[in-house]
Amino acid sequence: MSERVFRVWRGSGDGGGLAEYRVEVNEGEVVLDVLHRLQATQTPDLAVRWNCKAGKCGSCSVEINGHPRLSCMTRMSVFEPDEVVTVTPMRTFPVVRDLVCDVSYNYQKAREIPSFAPDPAKKPGDFRMQQVDVERMQEFRKCIECFLCNNVCHVIRDHEENKEHFSGPRYLMRVAELEMHPEDTADRRLIAQDEFGMGYCNITKCCSEVCPEGIRITDNALIPLKERVADRKYDPLVWLGSKIGRRPKDTPPVPNVGRYSNRT
Amino acid sequence: MPPTTQPEITRHEYDVVVIGAGGAGLRAAIAAREQGKRTAVISKSLFGKAHTVMAEGGAAAALGNANADDEWRVHFRDTIRGGKFLNDPRMAELHAREAPERILELEYWGALFDRTADGRISQRNFGGHEYPRLAHVGDRTGLEMIRTLQQRVVALQQADAAELGDPEARIRVFAETAITRLITEGGDGDAPGRIVGAFGYRRVDGGFVVFEAPAVVLATGGIGKAFRTTSNSWEYTGDGHALALRAGAGLINMEFVQFHPTGMVWPPSVKGILVTESVRGDGGVLRNADGERFMFNYVPDVFRSQYAETEEEADGWYDDPANHRRPPELLPRDEVARAINTEVKEGRGSPHGGVFLDVSSRLPAEEIRRRLPSMHHQFKELADVDITAEPMEVGPTCHYVMGGVRVDADTAASDVPGLFAAGEVAGGMHGSNRLGGNSLSDLLVFGRRAGMGAAAYLDGLGGRPDAGAVVDRAASEAAAEALRFLKQGDGENPYTLHAELQETMNDLVGIIRRGPEMERALERLDELAERSLMLSAPGDRVYNPGWHLALALPNMVLVSRAVTAAALERTESRGGHTRDDHPGMSPEWRRVSLEVRSDASDRVTLTRRPVADIPAELLGLFEHDELAKYLTKEELPETVAADEAAEEGQS
Ligand SMILES: Cc1cc2nc3c(=O)[nH]c(=O)nc-3n(C[C@H](O)[C@H](O)[C@H](O)COP(=O)(O)OP(=O)(O)OC[C@H]3O[C@@H](n4cnc5c(N)ncnc54)[C@H](O)[C@@H]3O)c2cc1C
Ligand code: SF4
Ligand code: SF4
Ligand code: FES
Repeated sequence: MSERVFRVWRGSGDGGGLAEYRVEVNEGEVVLDVLHRLQATQTPDLAVRWNCKAGKCGSCSVEINGHPRLSCMTRMSVFEPDEVVTVTPMRTFPVVRDLVCDVSYNYQKAREIPSFAPDPAKKPGDFRMQQVDVERMQEFRKCIECFLCNNVCHVIRDHEENKEHFSGPRYLMRVAELEMHPEDTADRRLIAQDEFGMGYCNITKCCSEVCPEGIRITDNALIPLKERVADRKYDPLVWLGSKIGRRPKDTPPVPNVGRYSNRT
Repeated sequence: MPPTTQPEITRHEYDVVVIGAGGAGLRAAIAAREQGKRTAVISKSLFGKAHTVMAEGGAAAALGNANADDEWRVHFRDTIRGGKFLNDPRMAELHAREAPERILELEYWGALFDRTADGRISQRNFGGHEYPRLAHVGDRTGLEMIRTLQQRVVALQQADAAELGDPEARIRVFAETAITRLITEGGDGDAPGRIVGAFGYRRVDGGFVVFEAPAVVLATGGIGKAFRTTSNSWEYTGDGHALALRAGAGLINMEFVQFHPTGMVWPPSVKGILVTESVRGDGGVLRNADGERFMFNYVPDVFRSQYAETEEEADGWYDDPANHRRPPELLPRDEVARAINTEVKEGRGSPHGGVFLDVSSRLPAEEIRRRLPSMHHQFKELADVDITAEPMEVGPTCHYVMGGVRVDADTAASDVPGLFAAGEVAGGMHGSNRLGGNSLSDLLVFGRRAGMGAAAYLDGLGGRPDAGAVVDRAASEAAAEALRFLKQGDGENPYTLHAELQETMNDLVGIIRRGPEMERALERLDELAERSLMLSAPGDRVYNPGWHLALALPNMVLVSRAVTAAALERTESRGGHTRDDHPGMSPEWRRVSLEVRSDASDRVTLTRRPVADIPAELLGLFEHDELAKYLTKEELPETVAADEAAEEGQS
């Protein structure tokens, strides 16, 4: 057992600041354990979002000494013995209270993506897919929706104005996943560009670096999606189609689901 | 917002309110919405983060992809064996029959299960399942299930947006909202009133909400947070169990609590976190401090004929199951958990009070990383253990409650009109012990049935009853009650009370139980019940976890009383209920389910209900000798008839 100095951001959407605590830490603990100890012994109303405490649900995202991380998977042993541990809420989303953010941006973006669309002639049980073919999408489906990638992406991190036009790495990856699904029939390439802001991404890979699931978001989802979008643009047949006012395969945006800007 | 202002209550009207957004709740909501009902889904956590997300190993369904001999009858038989013949046979039958359809439907909605060589859904071995039966995605099957159902809800919302101009016209998710009371109307001493609504609070701003609705589906999951060592998250405070009791419904089989044999034991902060059974399904073995594979010493009589007696035979089973019997590591969970408990108690445990689970000497490192990626990650990150190179230390952890709301198998209706229950909060399906993988499939099968049951109930009602006045009155009462904890400045700290409750249940009503200890537990629970009314939560209503815990504690105490009272009453050992003072399994008790009800002051009473008979044609799936170990003499079918039918069933 030892004692640590923790600085925890306390406050609400109207403002707040760091509060300092001295708190006991035991062998093997993670940052979330220490936050729970603060709740149990010093400040019962400290707001922290968490669920599984095993890195599986993606609820406990915060910034620890400036790094976006899951608090339940950050071992206390990664800090220097006398290092002060500073915990702040994710910066890209509005604060509700203390370490809890309003992450509704993400749910709105999810709703804008046209859903999986199998061939209507097929029925449940008809799919035959090889392991190698599903593995590519399975990597993306490891996503626990911690939203740390969206939190860190510079396109929206300090640019509220971009939120309306950019779905963030999490949801661009979702588009890529659907586009790779062997049984999907929609074509979201055009709207990936026009609606979801694929073009804003300049492949800095910051999203991939913070992903707690180790998903190679940029290399395996975003870059291939960019390539597909480019193919779609330069496909002479599609080009001709669009000239004569016909886009045979492009899936249109989902109607009436609203946009981020008019929900906030 | 000062804590003492008279609250404003937001009002909503729905046809069906589903409490819980895990596998059962989402599947129920989808079913209700597909029946055209306006449906609300309520969840204490964010959308897509319910407890189901933690499930690892897989969902059991007799698809027959890995072994063509598998079929629903074999799955039924395994389920009944696992539950030690206490299961509701109709539920076990529906589950086994419908699980394959439900899994294929998930795939059709976009789920990406691991594949067989011919492109179908791959299936893995699990304890108690005769054939490889668990559809899975690595060891993160629950995540795939939640995400798929979540995305299905979104797809339905998109369809409604296109058709009706509003994505939330027919299905809306109320995330981070907790229900604290069900509202009923009418009823008298004997018959409970019917459901007219539900009341709760939003975690995010502390605002109150009331739903006026003639049908409610409970899908709130389990009760594990009443125990100290558990694989369950903060959500599992038994809310649904308590809400049902207070609305007048009965809970059955509450004495049966599953302790999963393999939870992490070190470091202390992760004690209880689950180590998936897939580790054993894929070849992992259990050893004690002497290096002995001790499970060979713990094969009980009823399972003797199905399990290997030597290591060679057990090891041969993985590649050639037709000619070898199963390794004893794959016995049902209750057996393995008790065995580990005994090894540790008798001094053959690992350094931190568990036993060793080793897969490193059984599979190549690469294969371990592929098949068990999240276990690999979990041990590396949280315990500095590389499972490809060294064994894990594991011990029992409170995992699942078999008991729950007594429901009609076909419609999931409880005996409170308008109240339905599905998933872990419902009882009966798993008898005295659940097989791994049978929960995820249960959620889908009975979640759907509950949604359809609620819709059919509404159709039967004709018009919508006007219960506005009753709902409003109940809501303002409930609001005042909820605010009480914020006002009681000098009350007790809820965290302290919670720790005491967990200690009581873990130590006195844990994996091995004794009469006098449980009597002590009941006394302590009485005291905790009193104290739970006197808690105080400093701070205001915005995202205040101390307040939320204070509101959940009376539920945990009530559910703990139900567990303890039933466990004290059942003087035998069976499945997830082991009595040191009554170690035998009794054929007389096999015919009985204990039903718990509660009164206005949360005191519980018990009644005995007969367990339904297994229909003759299904009873024929079992050998006479096996039945003789469970059933009373009068219940046993004629020997000859039974054996013939068993052969038929296996063909
Ligand atoms: C670590 C772990 C691994 C597991 N692995 C497997 C496996 O491999 N295979 C298997 O079959 N089973 C497994 N299980 C068991 C299985 O996951 C659970 O039994 C199952 O997910 C329960 O689902 P559910 O839909 O009943 O409830 P949950 O998914 O737990 O959902 C409950 C929902 O109810 C909500 N809720 C609760 N109370 C309230 C309230 N008062 N107001 C509003 N909302 C409320 C919660 O917020 C949540 O949304 C595992 C369990 C654990 C803990
Ligand atoms: S790679 Fe693209 S999406 Fe990822 S952080 Fe950089 S700009 Fe954002
Ligand atoms: S992709 Fe990774 S970082 Fe982004 S939300 Fe998913 S798990 Fe989190
Ligand atoms: S609490 Fe679930 S990921 Fe941290």
